[in-house]
Amino acid sequence: MKEGSIDFRLNGKDIKYDGSPLKRLLDVLREDFELTGPKEGCGEGECGACSVFMDGKLVNSCMVPMGSVVGREITTIEAFSETEKGKCLVDAFADAGAVQCGFCTPGMVMASEKVLEQNANPEMDEIRRGLSGNLCRCTGYDMIVDAVKLAAKRGKGLW
Amino acid sequence: MKSCFRNDAMRKVCGEAKFGDDFRFHGMVHAVPVYTEYIHAENLSLEIEDARSMPGVLSVFTWEDVPGELTAGQINQDYPIFVKDRIRSNSDVAALVVAETRMQALAAAEKVIVTADVLAAVLDPEEALKKDAPVIPEGKDSNLVNHHIVRTGDPDTALAMSSVVIEQRFETPFVEHAYLEPECAVCVPREDGGLEIYGSMQHPFSTRRFVCAYLGRPLASVVCLSHAVGGSFGGKDDTASVVCARAALAALKLNRPVKLLLKREWSMRESYKRVPYKMDYKVGFDGDGHLTGAISKTLADSGAYTSTTPWSTWRSTVQNMGPYKLENIRGEVLGVATNNVFTGAFRGFGSPQTNFAVEQIMDMAAEKLGLTPLEIRKRNALVQDSITITGQKLDNHTVSLMEVMEKTAETIDFERKYRNSSRGKGGKFYGIGMAASYRGCSVGAEAMDFCCATINIQFDGSILLDTAVFENGQGAVSAMMLICAEELGVPVESIHYQASSTASIPDGGTTVASRGTLVGGGAIKDAMSKLKPILQEILYPEIAESPDQVSFHDNRIWGTEERSLTWSEAGHQMYLSRVYPFAFGSFQAPRVSWDEENGQGNAYFSYVYSCQAVEVEVDPEKRSCRLLNVVATHDIGKAINPPMVEGQIQGGIVQGMGMALTEDFKIEEGRIKSLNFSKYKIPRMTDVPDMLTQIVENHDPLSPTGAKGIGEPAMEIIAPAIANAVAAATGERFFSLPIKLKKEIQA
Repeated sequence: MKEGSIDFRLNGKDIKYDGSPLKRLLDVLREDFELTGPKEGCGEGECGACSVFMDGKLVNSCMVPMGSVVGREITTIEAFSETEKGKCLVDAFADAGAVQCGFCTPGMVMASEKVLEQNANPEMDEIRRGLSGNLCRCTGYDMIVDAVKLAAKRGKGLW
Repeated sequence: MKSCFRNDAMRKVCGEAKFGDDFRFHGMVHAVPVYTEYIHAENLSLEIEDARSMPGVLSVFTWEDVPGELTAGQINQDYPIFVKDRIRSNSDVAALVVAETRMQALAAAEKVIVTADVLAAVLDPEEALKKDAPVIPEGKDSNLVNHHIVRTGDPDTALAMSSVVIEQRFETPFVEHAYLEPECAVCVPREDGGLEIYGSMQHPFSTRRFVCAYLGRPLASVVCLSHAVGGSFGGKDDTASVVCARAALAALKLNRPVKLLLKREWSMRESYKRVPYKMDYKVGFDGDGHLTGAISKTLADSGAYTSTTPWSTWRSTVQNMGPYKLENIRGEVLGVATNNVFTGAFRGFGSPQTNFAVEQIMDMAAEKLGLTPLEIRKRNALVQDSITITGQKLDNHTVSLMEVMEKTAETIDFERKYRNSSRGKGGKFYGIGMAASYRGCSVGAEAMDFCCATINIQFDGSILLDTAVFENGQGAVSAMMLICAEELGVPVESIHYQASSTASIPDGGTTVASRGTLVGGGAIKDAMSKLKPILQEILYPEIAESPDQVSFHDNRIWGTEERSLTWSEAGHQMYLSRVYPFAFGSFQAPRVSWDEENGQGNAYFSYVYSCQAVEVEVDPEKRSCRLLNVVATHDIGKAINPPMVEGQIQGGIVQGMGMALTEDFKIEEGRIKSLNFSKYKIPRMTDVPDMLTQIVENHDPLSPTGAKGIGEPAMEIIAPAIANAVAAATGERFFSLPIKLKKEIQA
């Protein structure tokens, strides 16, 4: 693999990326594609604020070098929030009071999608476990749990 | 599901909201700070030529480039933008490297060489007060930063005659705010010579004061703009401001937009922490459990710089013995400089520390006297017309401490569960504990307290609101919009609130002290009292016989005989009349008073009353503690946005729980070891208990909206409640935070 030949898909579009294979996916998303949804809270994979989907799996984009993105499908909150499931989740987050400062929120929504994908009607403990990789310092988490429950209730048949 | 109004929710959920690091401008370059390896040193010397010659580097700035003051601050102007010849803590910054890209700046920063002569470091406030200790503050003859006292009656005699005396030292640690967004600043030089600053600022006006002090510029020449801030909790004032000032200095010198983004490690290294306390309390009770007298001395570690330690410690003085009646007290709180990272404001200010001591003392006395925690608190609780330890008669608002305590106890079934607590017996230990507080509203006698708002009805009838209350994530702007909408009888969606800035509205005081809703709401009410007569006077001829018959509700302006105008019609009529439907409102906090010599006076104009109770389960084999359930009751006057109040309470509980159990801030010989979330464990979703919040609303007559505040009351009592519950569960008391069950139970 030579530089300038990283082909991948980003939010449904084919991308040819010309930069270093060592650059972090998070930096590429934010700097090269001006996507502000994924955010850097810690840079070491502890907080989940940079969560995106890579081939449908939840990853911390701060821990993913571009070299490992070759041929992958990357989805960020910007595209996910436009899908039917995404719309259901973002509405639920807004309505349930799950948002305070909002810095963790896009990552929380991405992680919530994976919780609902596993179980369309998750119990409280499943939600808490499923979102335990995402830190929030504002809400005390309860209203985030409420948001996932609300999405599950409203989104009958979606998941 | 309760519906929650957040004007900014959808753009935040979808990732569209712009935080500091999301701003970028044409030609923008990047700055990174240079730290040093020293803790305490002098004769600083910098070698920057190698760094200057690195690829992409535009400049390396040091103290020599600072056009204004080298140091600034909120109380004492001692916080350096760059150190000159003396390093006072490992958090100090020596230089700023600016390059075309962040990678280039990072690489060049490695090339800056800092050398200095090491001085003996003082890292403990007790050591720092000794006569031969090296003096850290510039131009002072000791490390004493401040000395507040509260005294009344004769505590020595009262203690001598007491049936029970509790004498104990309590310690609370450095605590990191851990806002999810690290500090970031972007400064854009304008063609008119002004500077525009975006950044993670808790309060744009405070940042502007810092920037202008360092740059030697008039306040009016710098604009700080508000946008999404990723949490603050009191922590994005001094440090975030100096980060903005460094970006501004570089932008000014280079005439290019400059971004300075802190990595999490830099943020945790450089930003101020909660002020750690060492508290020695001696408290007496009579045979019936009534408080008789108290003597306390607290040492507060201010770290290398002053920040707001004197204000934080003042609050600890005023509220030195909790929400209880006591006629004999001598309480001292000393702020002391050390070579640790500096400390200052953090949600709760000096109260979580003091409450950790006092609320355990109440339980310790109750145990000795055979009373329950609820009963001993009820026997001592401040009630209507009580006199506080500062001599303030609580007769101007509803004193609801009894109400919140009883409501909490009843909901959680406290008395029965307390009787059933394990006290170290059985398999898994179960325990329940409580804590209560009264919290002075807003800043009280510590500073000037006033705020403002403008309501600007446009000629198409649309409504533009601006206030000097700033959004840090807590929902301040949403509360302002709800108050405005209710006053005008329009749906909240009709209120437009555009990014406020230091150029759009006058300074309304800092975003602190849980004061936003109270003072901002008060300013809106005042603006309405001016705006409505203007509208009534011009509009009444069409719909009523006199101005006072004109009213505002159901999204229209009403007169008599069901005649009404739409807002659009009203706006047009104002235009035709050549009268501006605009009003500026302000709120001046009611008078407070303070006699520094004796610590007596009406410290705050009103108080919030709170009680929280928590159930815990301690596993003696794993030596772990799990919170099962929390009930929290707060009298906040009036809830403007009830779901957000609930969110504040839950968030406060979980932050306090972190301070109590999981957040172990490691600082060794002045070097911070907890530099990221892998080394500093804030609570995760799997850690949180069930939480039930109960809002009590005794409208406060001194607040024009009836509302007080909730941000800080929510987090200031859960740590002692947990300590009391752990004691009920294990039979052991823990006098320092975080509670380390492993060591104690093992022993």
